[in-house]
Amino acid sequence: MQLKLTDVTKKFGDFTANNRVNLTVEPHQIHCLLGENGAGKSTLMNVLYGLYEPTSGTIEIDGAPVSFSGPGDAMAAGIGMVHQHFMLIPVFTVAENVALGHENTRGMSLDLETTRARIREISERYGFAVDPDAVVEDLPVGVQQRVEIIKALVRDAKVLILDEPTAVLTPRETDELLEIMRQLRDNGTSIVFISHKLREVRAVSDVITVIRRGEVVGQVGPETSTDELAALMVGRDVSLTVAKDTAHTTGTALEVRGLTVVGDNGVVLLDDVEFDVAPGEILAVAGVQGNGQTELTQALVGLEEQVSGSARLDGQELVGLRTREILASGVGFVPEDRSTDGLVGTFTVAENLVLDRYREREFAAGPSLRLGAISGHAGSEVNEYDIRTGSVDSPVATLSGGNQQKVVIARELGRPLKLFVASQPTRGVDVGSIEFIHKRIVAERDKGTAVLIVSTELDEIYALADRIAVFFHGRLMGIVGPDTPREALGRMMAGEPTDSVLPPAPWDHSHDDGGSPAGAPAGGSTAAPATAPAHAGGAAAVTLDGDGLDPGAHPADRTTDRPEGNRTA
Amino acid sequence: MSASTAPATSDQVSAPPPTELSAEDPRRTLLGSTLQSVLAVVVALILGGLLIAVTDERVRQAAGYFFARPGDTLSAMWRAASSAYIAMFYGAVYNPNGSTLADRLYPLTETLTVATPLILAGLGVALAFRAGLFNIGAQGQILIGATLAAWVGFAWQLPVGLHLLAVVVAGAAGGAVWGGIVGLIKARTGAHEVILTIMLNYVALNLVAWLLTLPGFQREGSSNPISPPVADTAMFPKLLGDHFRLHWGFVVAVLATVAVAWLLNRSTVGFELRAVGANPRAARTAGISVTRGFVVVMLLAGLLAGLAGTAQIAGTEHSLTSGVAASFGFDAITVALLGRSRPWGTFFAGILYGAFRAGGVTMQSMTGTNIDIVLVVQSLIVLFVALPPLFKFATRRSQEAAA
Repeated sequence: MQLKLTDVTKKFGDFTANNRVNLTVEPHQIHCLLGENGAGKSTLMNVLYGLYEPTSGTIEIDGAPVSFSGPGDAMAAGIGMVHQHFMLIPVFTVAENVALGHENTRGMSLDLETTRARIREISERYGFAVDPDAVVEDLPVGVQQRVEIIKALVRDAKVLILDEPTAVLTPRETDELLEIMRQLRDNGTSIVFISHKLREVRAVSDVITVIRRGEVVGQVGPETSTDELAALMVGRDVSLTVAKDTAHTTGTALEVRGLTVVGDNGVVLLDDVEFDVAPGEILAVAGVQGNGQTELTQALVGLEEQVSGSARLDGQELVGLRTREILASGVGFVPEDRSTDGLVGTFTVAENLVLDRYREREFAAGPSLRLGAISGHAGSEVNEYDIRTGSVDSPVATLSGGNQQKVVIARELGRPLKLFVASQPTRGVDVGSIEFIHKRIVAERDKGTAVLIVSTELDEIYALADRIAVFFHGRLMGIVGPDTPREALGRMMAGEPTDSVLPPAPWDHSHDDGGSPAGAPAGGSTAAPATAPAHAGGAAAVTLDGDGLDPGAHPADRTTDRPEGNRTA
Repeated sequence: MSASTAPATSDQVSAPPPTELSAEDPRRTLLGSTLQSVLAVVVALILGGLLIAVTDERVRQAAGYFFARPGDTLSAMWRAASSAYIAMFYGAVYNPNGSTLADRLYPLTETLTVATPLILAGLGVALAFRAGLFNIGAQGQILIGATLAAWVGFAWQLPVGLHLLAVVVAGAAGGAVWGGIVGLIKARTGAHEVILTIMLNYVALNLVAWLLTLPGFQREGSSNPISPPVADTAMFPKLLGDHFRLHWGFVVAVLATVAVAWLLNRSTVGFELRAVGANPRAARTAGISVTRGFVVVMLLAGLLAGLAGTAQIAGTEHSLTSGVAASFGFDAITVALLGRSRPWGTFFAGILYGAFRAGGVTMQSMTGTNIDIVLVVQSLIVLFVALPPLFKFATRRSQEAAA
């Protein structure tokens, strides 16, 4: 089925969300819509799905013009959509969810057996491994997404729209989804893939249409480089890596020892974690979502109930203090989810900028707020952080995601800090803002603040880290250097111990180290000798204080581990 | 690429803000909801008028020959509804038949008198709601406040001024304790405040009924459940002289409105309460104690309802009965709802409800329209206020038509 949009324009009042967009999705094609948050991708897809009526322009299916007055029409025409936020009923089973709205009935009773059979059939064909009788709320997010895809396929969708499908997925689930998308395409389903993640887009797309400010600014192939795509998206060259000097660190700011968090149900969420962060250093925590990183950051700022162990900041014990006391002692905290934890949506930008500072002398005289000072402070922060808002008195919920995040960052970096803890500092933020926020974080580091960043985006880890700590199942797998290859990090994130993935250390001078003859420039020999010395450096890097980097220090390890290194390389 | 860098950047800065911004403009929301409250009142009054007309005896007679002379029915309907509302206006605002100016303005002072406990209790409900709590317990808080105020009023002997002050403090403290219990239990155990407040209403009601059987509380020589009258020193002085019932409790209500407005919008405590109400998780992450917020707001909400009980005892009723709170505690919920949980909104909604109550009596005596019609109108208002989707739909249609 060919889907063609001609000159589609969608206006909301004076604002043009889509301006004369032309787009053709051919059969057997994965067509990516790439654009920053707020570029108009979702609006366009909502037009296509019948949720919005286009102001002007036409939609054609196989050459015949169509108009949809609702998603029902779009579905009937063979268009299925998987929303970013799933439209599933958590307490229903998979089969019930899939049947919902299209129930087969036998007299007055519901016939789920047909639906179950279809689910099994689709599940088998694409290797979904979805049990029709599982209750949706018990399923992992990735599987729930497959249920959404099944819903569309059961209704014979020929074009499948996936709206930011990877935003909620772990890297591994993402890879599986990309594979599923390829299979679907090979079976004849066209896919419209909406994303702003450049790497995924390049990995899976046949055609990439780039949208900026509601207009199509280019159509390119997947061979286009990441930098070119980013430039197209934001309209200027973006450095995805932040220019930063090497960290000059002395001493220890944050000292974490035996930190353990136990959940409500008695499950150990963070297991005996031990590390240090030096002043003026960024320690980036890598790991698949849900492996204890969230609990680590929350425990550091006193938001977890059952915490044992110790976390000392400049000698002061943080465990046991209340959140207010911890923040007041010089800890800045950017929570993982800005809309639920970082901001009060109905509060104004000005109020949110003092959400944890309203009691400071500057903003309050005794019990009374200094509204003028709060407003003035907001004005200067909005300028300094380039927060795009109509007014400092607008509710913060009306800002775009990137600007909301800038409000949180501005607030937390706006006071003198000893430790800055940020969880997913740029999640759901457009590329331009990512660059800005990264620069700010590095600037804070350069002021001598200890920085702890948690991110599930490896790009972000590499952009910021001075050292990388990898978490798996609540445990610290190891701390490695910032030049550790992506693939090695990935294996550590999947639970392989540091020793076996052979991460090379950036400070590994083995090449000019006489003690390591095998480390001479690889020169086309086998992989084993080339990786072995690198491994030794990596093993040393795992030690917490970051010294002891002499690659010759563990010759025995090197020899014994060599076969293993061979296997995993 | 580098050549286009500069213009592209400036283009980004000057780009129009996203549409959501204009749609969610705060002033617009504020105006919108005020408009919605006014609309709800108007629509409810129209429907109430229809109901008055339909139940009117002369209208029914005229309807008997509707097809012969439909004009008779319609004019009878108009007369029934308009005369009822005019009577209500006479009873609530201004009575042109009064012989003196004082007589003519008497209805307005009655409205304000009745509005006093409604405003105070309404503020209690509104304040709790701003912190995210549904305070259904104003009734119980009024009762306990009234009980303590009455006891201090009739059992203590204090000099003029001091006695009234003691009564006010006692009433406020009684309500605050009754509300604070809810906040404390919720903070400690996570129990839902709706259940707690409803149950505490029953506890308060039966506690008062039991107290009024005790020798110290029951009026001597009376077999009825009624307390002795409070001392004259414990009464609010009349605000406009003895001709009117309006008392200084109304001034307390005005001051309370000012205080709540300051508290919510200009104080650190109010900032915390609003943050807790709007997004407790973000409040907690910002170092605000959510559980402490629950206790504080319920103490304050109970305090305000307790003042309403005080106004009843020291303003109009003089002695404690188990009916002293009437249905003020429940009407307070609708008052707060109509006032959009904003201090001055609640104030004016309280006055409107006071007018309904004061005017309803006159309406019944002058036109024979049943006073229950007032209840129907009040309920319709709540219904329409609680139906924002209806109004959203209407405004969206009109916007689309305009576009």
